Amino acid sequence: MSMATYAGRIRTLRHAAASRRRSTSLALLTALGAAFALALYLGDYPIPPLAVVQSLFSPLTGLTDRSVDFIVLQVRLPRAVLALLSGASFGLAGIIFQTLLRNPLASPDIIGIAHGASAAAVFCIIILGWTALAVSVGAFLGAILTALAIYLLAWRDGVTAFRVVLIGIGMAAMLAAAISYLFTRARLNEVQQAMAWLVGSLNAARPEDCIVLGGAMLVLVPLLIGLVRGLDAMELGDDTARALGATVERSRLGLMLVAVGFAAFATAAVGPVGFVAFVSGPLARYLLKGTGRGFPQAALVGALVMLVSDLIAQHMLPAVQLPVGVVTGACGALFLLWLLMSSGRSGRIN
Amino acid sequence: MIPAMSNKHQLLAAGLDLAYGDRQIVTGLSLTVPPGKLTVIVGANASGKSTLLRGLARLLTPTRGAVYLDGKPIHQMPTREVATLLGVLPQTPIAPDAIAVTDLVGRGRYPHQGWFRRWTTEDDAAVAEALNATDTADLAGRAVDELSGGQRQRVWIAMALAQDTQLLLLDEPTTYLDINHQVEVLDLLTDLVRQRGRTVVVVLHDLNLACRYADHIVAMKSGHIVAEGSPGDVMTEAVVADVFGMPSRIVRDPVSDTPMVVPIGRHHAGSLEGQAKRGVAVTY
Amino acid sequence: MLIWRPDHRPTSEGGRARAAARLALGLLLLALALFALALISLATGARAIPLENVWAALVAFDPNATEHRIVWDLRLPRTIVGLMVGAALGLAGAVLQGATRNPLADPSILGIHAGASLAVVLGVALLGMTQLSSYVWLAFAGAGLSMLVVYSVASVGRDGATPVKLALAGAAITAVLYAIINAILLTSPRTLDEVRFWQVGSLSGRTVDIALQVAPFLLIGALLALATARLLDGLSMGDDVARAIGQRVGLSRGLAGLAAVVLAGASTAAAGPIAFVGLTVPHVARAIAGPSYRWILPYSMLLAPILLLGADVIGRVIATPGEVQVGIVTAFLGAPVFMALVRRRKLAAL
Repeated sequence: MSMATYAGRIRTLRHAAASRRRSTSLALLTALGAAFALALYLGDYPIPPLAVVQSLFSPLTGLTDRSVDFIVLQVRLPRAVLALLSGASFGLAGIIFQTLLRNPLASPDIIGIAHGASAAAVFCIIILGWTALAVSVGAFLGAILTALAIYLLAWRDGVTAFRVVLIGIGMAAMLAAAISYLFTRARLNEVQQAMAWLVGSLNAARPEDCIVLGGAMLVLVPLLIGLVRGLDAMELGDDTARALGATVERSRLGLMLVAVGFAAFATAAVGPVGFVAFVSGPLARYLLKGTGRGFPQAALVGALVMLVSDLIAQHMLPAVQLPVGVVTGACGALFLLWLLMSSGRSGRIN
Repeated sequence: MIPAMSNKHQLLAAGLDLAYGDRQIVTGLSLTVPPGKLTVIVGANASGKSTLLRGLARLLTPTRGAVYLDGKPIHQMPTREVATLLGVLPQTPIAPDAIAVTDLVGRGRYPHQGWFRRWTTEDDAAVAEALNATDTADLAGRAVDELSGGQRQRVWIAMALAQDTQLLLLDEPTTYLDINHQVEVLDLLTDLVRQRGRTVVVVLHDLNLACRYADHIVAMKSGHIVAEGSPGDVMTEAVVADVFGMPSRIVRDPVSDTPMVVPIGRHHAGSLEGQAKRGVAVTY
Repeated sequence: MLIWRPDHRPTSEGGRARAAARLALGLLLLALALFALALISLATGARAIPLENVWAALVAFDPNATEHRIVWDLRLPRTIVGLMVGAALGLAGAVLQGATRNPLADPSILGIHAGASLAVVLGVALLGMTQLSSYVWLAFAGAGLSMLVVYSVASVGRDGATPVKLALAGAAITAVLYAIINAILLTSPRTLDEVRFWQVGSLSGRTVDIALQVAPFLLIGALLALATARLLDGLSMGDDVARAIGQRVGLSRGLAGLAAVVLAGASTAAAGPIAFVGLTVPHVARAIAGPSYRWILPYSMLLAPILLLGADVIGRVIATPGEVQVGIVTAFLGAPVFMALVRRRKLAAL
């Protein structure tokens, strides 16, 4: 074979991988679309698709139906959009950490950042007596400060994945103790309030939450796209990465900041919904079967998991609305079991 | 085939001190890497050979002295620029899960790409050539973690080749390879030097392969260079005894006409000398 | 594998005998210190009781003296439980670290506490249990099960259960279990109210029945643990070497694991989940006593209750007339020590 043919073969392989990535994304988008439509349709008052569409376009067409519009535009749409955005954010936060720390078990809800947001939120609710927006801001700051603390504590001539993971686990334990402590000092109803926030729920979704989270993502996603190329080198180990000309420390820090940003904003909006961040990356990579790193797909998977979990949480039990965090927790458990069972074949948690 | 270019790039170390934390590994080392030649660094374990290579490769900042690339201190040059001139294959590279061979080798093109200049035919050609040269073309679509140790090592070398740099530094690239693949890799590196005018520096464990292939040998001990020069000059019984603490016999390699080190362990110490004294011809 | 370099390793016969004598003396001193600390624990509280009165209460009990009653009814059981639980946690941690050859092993990090907690929560929610004394068997079962799952998840993949994977698997399983716990607590305020005080890890309100109930398990566990000392020394040289000297590796690890689960399970049943004692104390013991488990185990057994009782006393002193529960204090003391351990270069060579 001539060199040109060889080169052509390489190009073909590359294009095949890219097309696999595209088709996976397309499939996910379709599933997402279906789930979204379902979210707008289902409920105590199932609203037929035509009416949904009419409501969606009512600001433009002027054809309004007060009650239907309210349900669609003020209740279901914000909730579905928030599920989408927060799921995508969690998914991205998770896969960035898992890729940087080279370990699928290392996601922000396990290595302490979610705990930081939780501890801050519980503090705001129980000690400061704050509600809603103020608590969200508190949670956000908690996540950022905890991430900063973890990074600084893990820094010693640079940051290794090993140290970040373990320091994060130590932090998580300490923050969990702080939360437990606050729980013993408060009145039962305050504790219940805090617990409700801790489990993570989309019940109180408002358009404003969507706008804030959406705005944050508008900033963070381009940053991520700019930084992601560095991963091509960093995935090969620091030495090889430097040999290829990547500025490892700076790229790593940048990516961590973006990941923390995603996690913090999403947590502030919906609470520390567990396992979406944990599950999205591995699922995305599984679907891609080695044809890509999986970042866009992880965002889509995260959005899908969040949306579907919320649908299940709302409609599974007849009279009860479960918080979405419970369903994602169950998903997490199933996922870990699946990880266990698929051990022999290609399972590598390292 | 890319025509041979005369290699104008000069890599040298001057008064180099290299340390990990407070553990001093290399002290006051000066070395000029002969351009357009294959240089092999040998030495016992913990003699500092890998550390020296990492220092030359800009992976370790010297505590004193400096490494110069074309007269400029390498640590002051932008990383990207260095990566287009100098390629390194470290000892234990890490491959992400389930990455395909073409993908991994393609990563070698990283320094030549940018935000806007992505995959060009040149890149594909470089990858294809690298795969071809390391005899891994038939592994192209497979996942790296499914390959055997030797195959994986060759894929890594392909990645370093795809980087297409004038200078190439490799840290023990032949460790997990069968003898035939070891020789293949060293033949390949020799091709790079002779046919494409590259400068290659390799750390090797095997003294005899080092003697066969090296244009220039650097023998290290305890962070210092004990001897350097052509294999014929450097590889003497005295140097082997100094560097490895082991008596040996240097004979002529019948295949390559270079020195061949025949180690003398405890169990053979008597017999050889005895037979030599008795004037018996020792043949195998 | 972490390789410890003992500082002054005497190789001569006389040297070894001298070292052994020195270590034995150390143990004696620690026992005395523990005794003194126990007395202080009896003296501290909402009402500070002078030491002479404490001594009088112990040796010349007068049922009419309030102070004597406080000592006997409240503080003595508490102190005894603290002693036993402390010793148990220290032993459990040391045994786990030896059996898994992992310097980061600890009942809380390996999911034991989460498992025990879930079992207790289920007991309270489903079976309506209200007494601490009924938690014991449940806590055991929960502890054992979760540790099994954690170890299995961590062993997935080519390189088996490495320290980082164990820590991550533990954190992941802990997260799953807590998600389930949170779901239950959300739906049952009664359970929440019961459990939130137990959850934090405390010695307050621990009466004689608790002490009597867990004592047999702690005793059996302790004896079993001490008996595995030689086996742990064998394991510390690596599985292959251990087998070469005739040791049954699987059996050793199983026995050690059993001892750890019994000790940790019973401690958690008695005092709730207390973090970091089992993690940090064996390291201190090792630093003092060298690498042999024949000395590390007894030293851990004495150092840990010193830490625990000390934390308990601190918790009572800083919040008089109330208290900060011992679980909180050990978390805030232990987490920084843990993080410092992670930063030290010796641990970096995992």
